[in-house]
Amino acid sequence: MLEIKNLVKRYGKGAPVLKDLNLSVEGEQLMSIIGSSGAGKSTLLRCVNRLVEPTSGSITLNGTDFTTLGPKELRRARRRVGMVFQSFNLVDRLSVMENVQSGRLGYISTWAAVTRRYPAEDIERAFELMERVGIAQYADKRADELSGGERQRVGVVRALMQRPEILLADEPTASLDPKTSEQIMSLLRDLARELNLPVIINIHNVTEAKEYSDRIVGMRYGRIIFDDKPAALDAAQMDEIYAGTPSEDRQEMGAIA
Amino acid sequence: MTQTLTHEWARFTPVQRMKRYVALMAVTLVVVWALGSIDVIWEWVWDAPIQLVDLFARMVPPDPTNLPSILEATWQTINIATIATMIAVVLSLPVAYISAQNTTPNVVCLWIGRFILVSSRSVNTIIWALLFVAIFGPGIIAGIIAIMFRSIGFLGKLLGEAIEEIDHAPIEALEACGASRFKVVMYGIVPQVMPAFFAISILRWDINLRESTVLGLVGAGGIGIILQGAIDTFQWQEVSMVLLTILALVIAGEVISSTMRKKLL
Repeated sequence: MLEIKNLVKRYGKGAPVLKDLNLSVEGEQLMSIIGSSGAGKSTLLRCVNRLVEPTSGSITLNGTDFTTLGPKELRRARRRVGMVFQSFNLVDRLSVMENVQSGRLGYISTWAAVTRRYPAEDIERAFELMERVGIAQYADKRADELSGGERQRVGVVRALMQRPEILLADEPTASLDPKTSEQIMSLLRDLARELNLPVIINIHNVTEAKEYSDRIVGMRYGRIIFDDKPAALDAAQMDEIYAGTPSEDRQEMGAIA
Repeated sequence: MTQTLTHEWARFTPVQRMKRYVALMAVTLVVVWALGSIDVIWEWVWDAPIQLVDLFARMVPPDPTNLPSILEATWQTINIATIATMIAVVLSLPVAYISAQNTTPNVVCLWIGRFILVSSRSVNTIIWALLFVAIFGPGIIAGIIAIMFRSIGFLGKLLGEAIEEIDHAPIEALEACGASRFKVVMYGIVPQVMPAFFAISILRWDINLRESTVLGLVGAGGIGIILQGAIDTFQWQEVSMVLLTILALVIAGEVISSTMRKKLL
């Protein structure tokens, strides 16, 4: 279970991007976060594994408070959080297998990593997952030879190789065409069920979010203003999520500046 | 029918034009003054074509009697360039790492790295060679170390720039997997700078091959020693033989480096 309490993130001296945010995610649900650009979706996701350092508040994953960890414990803790990126973030010049195995870098020895002598069970697992998502035939291809949808599958497998307790996906379909995008979304949904894995997805496509999620969270200017089942999201709430700055927000930002 | 002109256009306003004339005058004056102040002995300049023909006549035909020792010195030259490049490549890796903005551990390391790069690059190979001949005595060791010192700056600077230009996105992904700093370097940075690394190393080897041909002029080993000796004793036919050998060496180096570039990149 992921529990976020009173999370605040402020870049420099500006107004906070996340304002006292509370959120808890449990079970194998697929949760989508929607909201206009600049609402803080990406920052929220990156605070969880501290790719972005939170200003204050706590983030607890199955009993571990991530916000207080030192560098070494943080590295160990990050193994438990898988992440999928909008631009896939693969190492282009490495093979698909090397990219997939880089999900195990937090576990294997430096020697094994440098010499590419991966543990047999990791190789086994890599092939199982690659077969599951349909990229096993590309194991020895260079990552940049693959199409967008295939590259994102490599990204997903890399994250799953970590055997994560939660999967974060930062706009995983924004660089893909509509059809591939749907394939990746249904893949994420199915994997969430198969692996009992809670999945959090930042997404701009509201139709897809409603179709594939068990729960939708709407963010606006660093706050959660909607949190319910997809069916409960109606036009009025959509307007509110994607509306301009309400007077309340403006006053608060003025007070801080 | 008279055409009325409604638009006037000139590239420069009169003031601009005046300024340009003044600037041109100033440049001309400086050039004239510079030419006047360098104390040219004009008789020798006018004499040059005759001397050229004369020297050329004395150089032809090239004298191959000393060819075995010339070739041996050439082999030494190749060794100086190759060994020095290999050592410099290894030594420049940490320097590049600490002097790239995005990988340097801290500001102190950044400045140490930059200091190494600047001091290595600001001294010419020949000057390094003079220093090391004084320290190690004449010979191949002084040559290797001189070439190495100059190469570290070149390799470190270009490799550091290649590191600064990498795509940060995969690095972020590897960090998110819980990879240690060293593993991030091995999986994220090394593959991305590999092509630049080979290109830069081959280029430097090519440059070093040419630079090591003149090292002998200051006693730091290689073919330059024979060249120097031949010039000092007016053995012009041997000089031309040495020059031809150097030409062949440089062409061979060019061919090898471009083949390696094609094979590796």
